[in-house]
Formats: sequence, C-alpha cells, structure tokens
Amino acid sequence: MNFTDIVFYVFAAITVFAAMGVITARNPVNAALFLVLAFCSASGIWMLLEAEFLSIVLVLVYVGAVMVLFLFVVMMLDINLVRLREGFWRWFPFGAGLAGLMVFEMIYVLGARQTQATANAVVHPANYSNTKELGRLIYTDYVYPFELAAVLLLVAMVAAIALTLRRRVGVKTQDVSTQVQVQAADRVRIVKDMRDGHTNTK
Amino acid sequence: MMMDYINQLGGNFFGSYWAPIWLTTWTLLKIVLIVAPLMGAVAYLTLAERKVIGWMQIRIGPNRVGYFGLLQPLADGIKLLMKEIIVPTGSNKFLFILAPIMALMPALAAWAVIPFNAEMMLSNANAGLLYILAMTSLGVYGVIIAGWASNSKYAFLGALRSAAQIVSYEIAMGFALVCVLMAAQSLNLGDIVRGQQVHAAMTDSGSIAHGWYWLVSVFPFLNWYIIPLFPMFMVYLISGVAEANRAPFDVAEGESEIVAGFHVEYSGMTFALFFLAEYANMILIAFLTSIMFMGGWLSPLPFLPDSVVWLLAKVSFVLFLFLWFRATFPRYRYDQLMRLGWKVFIPLAIVWVVVVGAWMQTSLWVW
Repeated sequence: MNFTDIVFYVFAAITVFAAMGVITARNPVNAALFLVLAFCSASGIWMLLEAEFLSIVLVLVYVGAVMVLFLFVVMMLDINLVRLREGFWRWFPFGAGLAGLMVFEMIYVLGARQTQATANAVVHPANYSNTKELGRLIYTDYVYPFELAAVLLLVAMVAAIALTLRRRVGVKTQDVSTQVQVQAADRVRIVKDMRDGHTNTK
Repeated sequence: MMMDYINQLGGNFFGSYWAPIWLTTWTLLKIVLIVAPLMGAVAYLTLAERKVIGWMQIRIGPNRVGYFGLLQPLADGIKLLMKEIIVPTGSNKFLFILAPIMALMPALAAWAVIPFNAEMMLSNANAGLLYILAMTSLGVYGVIIAGWASNSKYAFLGALRSAAQIVSYEIAMGFALVCVLMAAQSLNLGDIVRGQQVHAAMTDSGSIAHGWYWLVSVFPFLNWYIIPLFPMFMVYLISGVAEANRAPFDVAEGESEIVAGFHVEYSGMTFALFFLAEYANMILIAFLTSIMFMGGWLSPLPFLPDSVVWLLAKVSFVLFLFLWFRATFPRYRYDQLMRLGWKVFIPLAIVWVVVVGAWMQTSLWVW
C-alpha cells in the first residue's frame, strides 16, 4: 500500500463518516455541516484522481455557495425535534427496504467495472491541465448536452423567480434614483441663520 | 541559492528511502516561512491601521507602548491571550470553538499558491486561480457558524447579513477573475504575472502590436492587466473589501446596529482568531489584486529589475487603500450594498467578459 492509497482510504473513511452524520444528526444544522465535510473529502478523492478542475469546482460551487444558502435557510428553521422523530418505527421497514434496494443497485452498477478501473488510470505529467482538457471536450464533443444543461438551469432560475415574485399593493419601497438625486435644500430648511441674525423663510 | 542548498543538504541527509519524510519536512518549513511573516504582517497592519486612520482624523494613534507605539500589537496579543474564553450558555460548544478556526483556516490555506516571484512559491498549481476562489469562498463558514452557535440574536443577524453579502459579491469577483484568466489564458498565478511581462514575441502579431511593444518597452506598467481590465480591477477591489468584511461593507459587524455582529459573544483568543482571519484576508486580497492586475513582481520601470520588493510595494499600496476606505466612507445601508453587488457589479462584470472576448479576437488586443 503506497502513500496515495493511504490518502484515499483516509478521505473515503471521512466521506462515509460524514455521510452517516448527515442522516443521523438530530440537528439539521449539524446535518448540513456534515454534508459540507462530505463534499470536502469527496473533493479530496477527486483530486487524487487528478480531476483538479472538478474537485476545486465542487468546493467552490457546492461548499462555497450552495451549502451556504442551505445553512442560511436551515438555521432559520424552528424545528421541534420531538415531532420530527415521531413515527420512526412505523416508517422503518419502508426505509430499510429502500436502503437495501439502493445498496443492491450500487453493487450491481459499480461491481461490474470495479476490476477494470485500475487499468484505465493514467498518470499525467505535472504540466497537464485538466481544466483545459475538460473545456476542450465540453465545447467540442459535448457542446449540445452542455448547452442543454445551461438552458435547463436558466429555465429553473426563471421559474424560481417567477414563483416567488408577487406584486403586493400598499408596500412602501425606496426609489433609488430619487434618493440619489436628493439635494441638501430638499431636506433642510434654514429657519433662522444665527450668523447674521435675520430670519430666512425660504 | 541558500534555500536550494538547504533542500539539497536535507535531501542528502535523509537519503532516497526517507525522501517522502524530507519532502514533508521541507514543505512544512516553507509553510512556516510564509505563515510566520504573514502573522507578523497582520500584527503590524493593525498598528498601521490605527496610526493611518488616526492621522487621517488628526489624532496621534497608539504611541504609549514602545517607541512610536511599535510594541502595541505585542501588548494587544498578550492581552488577548490572557483573557478568559467565555462560552455562552445555550450555545453549541463544539461549533462555537470550531467557528474561529473555520474563519482562519481558509485565510491561511489560500497562501499555498501565491507566487512571490518567478521561483518563490509553495505550490505551482495549474488551477491556482480556482483554488484561491474555492478557499476564499470557504471563509464565510466561520462567520455563519459563529453566528448560529453563539445562540444570540445579534450574532445571528450578523451571520445572515454576512452570508448574503459574501455570496453576492463572490459572483462579481468570479467574473472579474474570468476576465483576467481570459487575458492571461491560464489559471496559474505565475503565468498570469508572466502574461503581463513585456517580451519580444509580442511583435509577431501585426503592426499595432509592434508599435505597442516599443511603447511598453519604455513604460512596462502599460502592459499590466489593469489597463485593459480597469473596470474589472475596480469591481475586484471593491468586492474584495466586501469579501473581507471591511468598512464600508462591514454590515456583518455593524457596531451601531448589531453591536459586533457575528463575534459579539467571542472573547480572548477565539476573538483574536477572527481578527487574524480578517487581516490575513485583507493581505491576501491585496496580494491577489497586485498579482492579477498590477503585474505582481514585475517592475513598472524598464531600468529597474523585477523583484519581490515591487510586489510588496504594490501590496502595501492596496492595503493603504483599505485603511483609507475605512477612514473615509460611512457604512453602506444593507439594501444599497445588495443593489451595488447585484445590479451594478454583476451586470458590469458579465458585459466586460463579453467585451474582452470580442476585443481579444481583434488585432487591437495587444496584452
């Protein structure tokens, strides 16, 4: 077992531990933080595969942006933990069955290719740019799926805004342009100028 | 040089079998060589801040501890070390202690890919720019966790404000950096600096480039990315101030509204770590601005050699701007801050990405 293997097992163990934490943590904030840990260690595993772009983007997008917003929402929830745990045993057989099915599927999918995985591993020279290679593939061979995904995301974004946008009547909002154009004379009326003693009724 | 000599000496001493151990030791030594001066710089940046703001407001600033107040940071450090760390009741103790560590860790980790000159750097990573973006985006966790774990309304409000602010300004910052990497055609920070260097191969592409070569031979600073990407330089610098939670974007602290925001419950060393993180982030952003827009270690004048001294001079200038902003501007109102980020910077940055992309297709692009 060489050094890379040891690093892989460390990251893999942390990922499994964090993933367990996500589903077992009682507090949703702790669960979200476990998910952050799982993302970080998964990104470490990708880094071992020399997929530096994907690994860094995983941290940048999921940990740096998505999970921040997630935490943002989860922190504001006022959850009654007792009610959340109600009916655990009633739903347990269903959950266990589902979990068993997923384990079976994953073994079926991953097991077949497991033996060939090491044969494909190519060690690249130090100046190999994973980012450039990925960019070349995305914008040439896979340009249609890529554009399709982009359009899909755009539609999702527009839909999210459309769902939450509502025009309420009787709301006082600030008009920024008028705020910016305000002059001192609009706000302050000099009633009496103490310097020369006469009253200024402007 | 001396560094190479020590490396060779250590390599010989440990032999080939123990080479990984020497490599680890050597890397750790280099990390210390970066972090120790950084911590010193943080300490004296706090003194510089108090002095500079003092002078700007016609005050003297700290001048009691040591000559010219030079021992003031030391006194502050000892004071913070001696203070008791109070963990509030009803707080999440583990996360409460973890938060300051989460704030400082990315602020230090990002230094791994910063090039000080053509050879001096810890890691010559290909995706250095992405790594920097990823690390700086982690800094917000310290603030959020601190705000939530403190079990305090003020801290929580500060955390929410900070989360929204940092996520918003990160987008503009990212697009500004996209312009830089388009111009440099590389994510490697060393290559980005080398892209701003004047070199003879520039004359190959047409007569405009030829004329430009003679101009920048006399004024090398015209070849820095600050010239074609000036709007992005402004966006990056201002977003950087917002990322570091510095005035006038310090709504996460907002002393007048939410007392001290996310770190209101922290005392002693836990507070000091937040303080260190803020100043380490400031220095980091100053370094990144200098490297990506102001030519890094390159000399602005043709008759002076390139050196790390230039980088430090540029960094000092940007840091002075940070202090100047704090002494000059009142704090943004929260909605104004969001409007600046979403309605001004992000559209501007996206438009400039397109402009640079089109510009680069013409012969007028000489950088």
